[in-house]
Amino acid sequence: MLELKDIFFSVEGVEIIRGINLTVENNKFVVITGPNGGGKSTLARLIMGIEKPTSGKIILDGQDITNADITERAKLGIGFAFQQPVRFKGIEVFDLLKMAAGGKLTFNKACDYLSAVGLCAQDYINREVNSSLSGGEVKRIEIATILARKTKLSIFDEPEAGIDLWSFKHLIQIFEDMRQNIINSSIIIISHQERILSIADEIIVLADGQIKNRGAAEKILPEIIDTESVIQECEKLKR
Amino acid sequence: MFKLDEIQRRLIAEVAGLHKVPIGAYNFRANSQLAGRNSTANIEISSKDDGSGIDIRIKDGTKNESVHIPVVLSASGIKETVYNDFYIGENCDVVIVAGCGIDNCGNQDSEHDGIHRFFVGKNSKIKYVEKHYGSGDGAGQRILNPVTEVSLNDDSFMEMEMVQIKGVDSTKRVTTAELKAGAKIIVRERLMTHGAQKAFSTYKITLDGENSGADVVSRGVAKEKSYQKLDLCVIGNAPCNGHTECDSIIMDEGKILAVPSLEANHVDAVLFHEAAIGKIAGDQLIKLMTLGLTAQEAEEQIISGFLK
Ligand SMILES: Nc1ncnc2c1ncn2[C@@H]1O[C@H](COP(=O)(O)OP(=O)(O)O)[C@@H](O)[C@H]1O
Ligand SMILES: [Mg+2]
Repeated sequence: MLELKDIFFSVEGVEIIRGINLTVENNKFVVITGPNGGGKSTLARLIMGIEKPTSGKIILDGQDITNADITERAKLGIGFAFQQPVRFKGIEVFDLLKMAAGGKLTFNKACDYLSAVGLCAQDYINREVNSSLSGGEVKRIEIATILARKTKLSIFDEPEAGIDLWSFKHLIQIFEDMRQNIINSSIIIISHQERILSIADEIIVLADGQIKNRGAAEKILPEIIDTESVIQECEKLKR
Repeated sequence: MFKLDEIQRRLIAEVAGLHKVPIGAYNFRANSQLAGRNSTANIEISSKDDGSGIDIRIKDGTKNESVHIPVVLSASGIKETVYNDFYIGENCDVVIVAGCGIDNCGNQDSEHDGIHRFFVGKNSKIKYVEKHYGSGDGAGQRILNPVTEVSLNDDSFMEMEMVQIKGVDSTKRVTTAELKAGAKIIVRERLMTHGAQKAFSTYKITLDGENSGADVVSRGVAKEKSYQKLDLCVIGNAPCNGHTECDSIIMDEGKILAVPSLEANHVDAVLFHEAAIGKIAGDQLIKLMTLGLTAQEAEEQIISGFLK
């Protein structure tokens, strides 16, 4: 269980996160949405420890982790798939998955994680995670690293961004499976996709660094369906 | 392995990846003495008459064979200059593994200056691997100054992997190559310096023949107070393609000077270079830390990947 208590965050006097209180219970699938620049990625970075709040507390399973660094939080079971995945010269997909798995990983297991994100393991396992991979490919590898970690709290920042339509269907399947199989863990997804929003236990609408709206998908989705927070699937087809 | 002590065996494993006597032709040199040699039906290794080094002669059409010529120095205070000449026939396909390991626990400098010359025949394909390594904690320096001269005949191909990852206090590497028509060279250099080490690496690749080509990539990591100077030059004297790239990670108080240069003497010479120096990207460290690595472990992984 994750609790955010009165979180504020400012950079050079500019408040980016302005008083967020949020509890994510175990076995919950929470989707954060809202306009661009609303502070969603910043909130995810605060939870992962990449940024430290100016004030407020972050509690994981009853333990105050406000001052814990990134590595400590990772070891406590928080995982984070970046909105813009990082590339590395010379580090291969298998190396990255192995690090994610904690240093030990069989070839078969690695193949499972790659297949789960729709990548043919044979073709990718020894590819370098460098600029030769397309945006959609690194995005899927990024998601595979979280699958390999087996985290208590996983945060995915706009996993659908840069992913083509076919893969998108596959991706939705991954998240639907995750939602089905959630055991003693929780998932936070930052997304604009109606399909992802519709399977949420709770939707949080974040704008101007504050929670503007929250509640069950059935309640929130109709309220925000025509705003920039939500992209319906058909629109993607039109583009 | 014959005539080698523990330290020498370890050095050989580091520089040539050998844990036992290799198959094929070999020449082992330890503390300036011959420690073992084998010629094969197609590859003949012989000492030069004046004792200054060895000649390696590879017959026309030799395929899928290898030559290992590792050198180790495990005594303090050795200074040697060795000339090794490779005469490679036509239509060959061979792997050549050279390399030098120095272990110096003493107070005197140990130095190995190897001059390797390659005369590659028409249509031959060579993979050359050279690893340099130093160990031992004596005050004496470990010095390696390799000179490599390559002459590639028509339509031949050479791939060079030049690696110096650890323990060499001072190195001046000079590599020159001259390419005839249709010949290609690929160079992959990996350099890591630490402590107060200094490494100078110079490449001068001359593309003389029509449709010759070169791709020279040097990746370096300069840690602590070490210094690297990379000087990569490609000269195009004919319709040809040349590319050089210096890509360096700088750490601590390291210093790096990258000087890529191009010279075109023919209107159809197509040459370009890239050079980049920078510290490890912060988001790379962050990403690996989110996987549970400490900052230091993350740094090690990034560097070992970069130098792979
Ligand atoms: N380190 C930072 N320094 C300055 N401004 C930042 C920093 N991080 C985020 N911001 C600003 O905070 C706002 C929220 O950004 P972000 O969290 O990326 O929004 P979202 O993910 O919802 O699109 C944006 O206006 C962004 O420019
Ligand atoms: Mg964002």
